[in-house]
Amino acid sequence: MDATQQPMIVIKNLTKHFGRVKAVDGVSLTVEAGRVMVIIGPSGSGKSTVLRCINHLETPSSGEIWVDGIQLTHDHKNINAIRAEVGMVFQQFNLFPHLTALENITLAQRIVRKRGEAEARRVAHQQLERVGIPEKADVYPGQLSGGQQQRVAIARALAMNPKIMLFDEPTSALDPEMIKEVLDVMQDLARSGMTMVVVTHEMGFAKNAADEIVFMDRGGVVERSTPDDFFSQPREERTRLFLSQILR
Amino acid sequence: MTLPTSTARSQPGSSQGQFIDWLAHLPWWLLFMLLAGVILTFAIFSDDLYSLIFSKLQNGILTTLSVTVVAYLIAVLLGLLGGLGRVSKNPLIYNLATLYVQVIRGVPILVQIFYFAFVITPGVVGLLNALGEAINPGGLLASLDNQDIPMLARVVTALAFAYGGFEAETFRAGIESIGRGQMEAARSLGMSYLQAMRYVILPQAIRRILPPLGNDFVSMLKDSSLVSVLGVRDITQEARLYMAASFIYPPTLNMLAFLYLSMTLVLSLVVKWIETRMGKSGH
Ligand SMILES: Nc1ncnc2c1ncn2[C@@H]1O[C@H](COP(=O)(O)OP(=O)(O)OP(=O)(O)O)[C@@H](O)[C@H]1O
Ligand SMILES: [Mg+2]
Repeated sequence: MDATQQPMIVIKNLTKHFGRVKAVDGVSLTVEAGRVMVIIGPSGSGKSTVLRCINHLETPSSGEIWVDGIQLTHDHKNINAIRAEVGMVFQQFNLFPHLTALENITLAQRIVRKRGEAEARRVAHQQLERVGIPEKADVYPGQLSGGQQQRVAIARALAMNPKIMLFDEPTSALDPEMIKEVLDVMQDLARSGMTMVVVTHEMGFAKNAADEIVFMDRGGVVERSTPDDFFSQPREERTRLFLSQILR
Repeated sequence: MTLPTSTARSQPGSSQGQFIDWLAHLPWWLLFMLLAGVILTFAIFSDDLYSLIFSKLQNGILTTLSVTVVAYLIAVLLGLLGGLGRVSKNPLIYNLATLYVQVIRGVPILVQIFYFAFVITPGVVGLLNALGEAINPGGLLASLDNQDIPMLARVVTALAFAYGGFEAETFRAGIESIGRGQMEAARSLGMSYLQAMRYVILPQAIRRILPPLGNDFVSMLKDSSLVSVLGVRDITQEARLYMAASFIYPPTLNMLAFLYLSMTLVLSLVVKWIETRMGKSGH
C-alpha cells in the first residue's frame, strides 16, 4: 500500500440511536484503498447500521464519516454524489422486479452517471460477463435463482464503477448450494483490488479474502485483527465465546 | 374391476342434478340485462316514443363522456401528487396532502360541487382580479368576470378534486406496498428520491393499483351525472329537462339507465383489456 495515499473510508466516533436503542455506539474504523474489511458479530450488534451509515441510508446521530476524502454531510447533492461511488449489495438482493437483468444494470448508469443507452448496455453486458451470467441479460429477476439474482445485484453495483463495495450479509438469504457462486464473485472482486466492507457469517470467506476482521458486539468494536490472529488467537473473551459458538 | 361400474351407474342419476346446478349458476342477471338491452335498442329504432327520447338524450352523450374523461385524467394527476405528498417526509407537503384527502373524504361530492361553483370559483376570480389590478390595471386578468367561468369548467374541476382525493389514497397504498428495499437499492445507486420514485417505485406501484384506478374510471362516469345539478347538459340533465316538459317518466328513465349501463359496460371492458395488457408486459 502506498503510505501517502489517504484511506478510502474513515469513520470517527460514529453513534446511531433508534429512539432509545443505541444501535452503534462510538465506532471508529479506517479502511485503506484496495483492502477488504470483514465485519462479524452477533445479531443486533450494529453491523448493518455501520454499513448503512457509510452511504447514508441511515443518518448518523453523531460522529464523522469520510469517503474517499469527502466528508458525508446532510446535503442531498453530497449524499447522492457519494452514493454513486459506493456500491451496496443487500441480503434480499433488492433487484427491480419490473426490469430485466440488463435494465436493472443500465438504469442508474443512464440517469445517475448520464451514460448513453449503448454505453450503458455495453457496461452491463461486461459486468454480467464478470459475474458469470452473460446469458441472463434479458431475463426478469423473478425467473432467476437467488444466487443469480445476487450476482445481477453485484453487477448492477459494479456498473457504476464504485470505489467501494459494501456487502450486507450477501449470502444469508441463499440456499446453501448457491452460496459459493456468490462468494467466488466476491473473492474475484477482492483480488482485483476493490475496497470492500463485508458483513457476513461466512467464516471461510473471512479467512480467505479479508485483510482485516472487525468483531462487533452491542454497537461497539470489540476487536480488530488479521484473519490469522482473529481465528487462532482472539484477544477478547467475547470474541472467543462468539467463535466457539459459530465454529462448532 | 368394480370401480368403473359404480361410477358409471351414479352418473345418470346425477346428470339431472347437474343440469339444475348448471341452471342455477347461469349469470341470469347478465342474460336479463342483455335482454333488456336488446329490447330497448329495438325500441329506439321501432318505437316512436323511445326514438324521440333517444334523440333528446343523445345530445348529452358527448358531454357525459368528456366530463368523465377530462375530470378523471385531472383526478389521476391530482391523486399522484396527493399520494406522493402523503408518503413525503417533508411535514409541510405531508400535512397539505393529508388535509386535502381528509376534507375530500369527509364532504359529499355534491356539496363539493356547490363549493367549487359558488365559493371557490368566485374566490379565485376575485383573487385573480386583485392580482391583475396590481400587475396590469384594466388588463385581461383584472376584468375577468365570475360569469366568464362556465359551469362546465367548475363542475369538472370539482369532480377532479373530489376523485383526486380518493386516488391520492390509492396511490399512497400502492407506493407503500412496494418494499422499502426497492427505495434503498435505488438510493444506494445514487438516484435522487424523485428519480427512485419515477423509475423504480411508481412503475411497480401503478401496476398494482390499476384495478382500483379502473373501477374509479367507471364510477366517475356515473358520478358525472352530478353535473346536472348545475344545469350542465349531460344525459341526466337532458332527461330531466325532457321529463319536466313532457311528464313522461318511466320510458325516459329507462332510456337514461340504459345509456349509463351501456357506457359503463363498454368502459369496464376497456379497463379490463388495458389491465391484462399492462399485466402481461410486467413481472
Ligand atoms: N430502522 C430501525 N429502527 C429501529 N431499530 C433499529 C432499526 N435498525 C436497526 N435497529 C436496531 O439497532 C440494533 C442494531 O441493528 P443492526 O441491524 O445494525 O444489527 P446487525 O448487527 O446488522 O444484526 P443482524 O446480524 O441481525 O443483521 C438492533 O437492536 C436493531 O433492532
Ligand atoms: Mg444486519
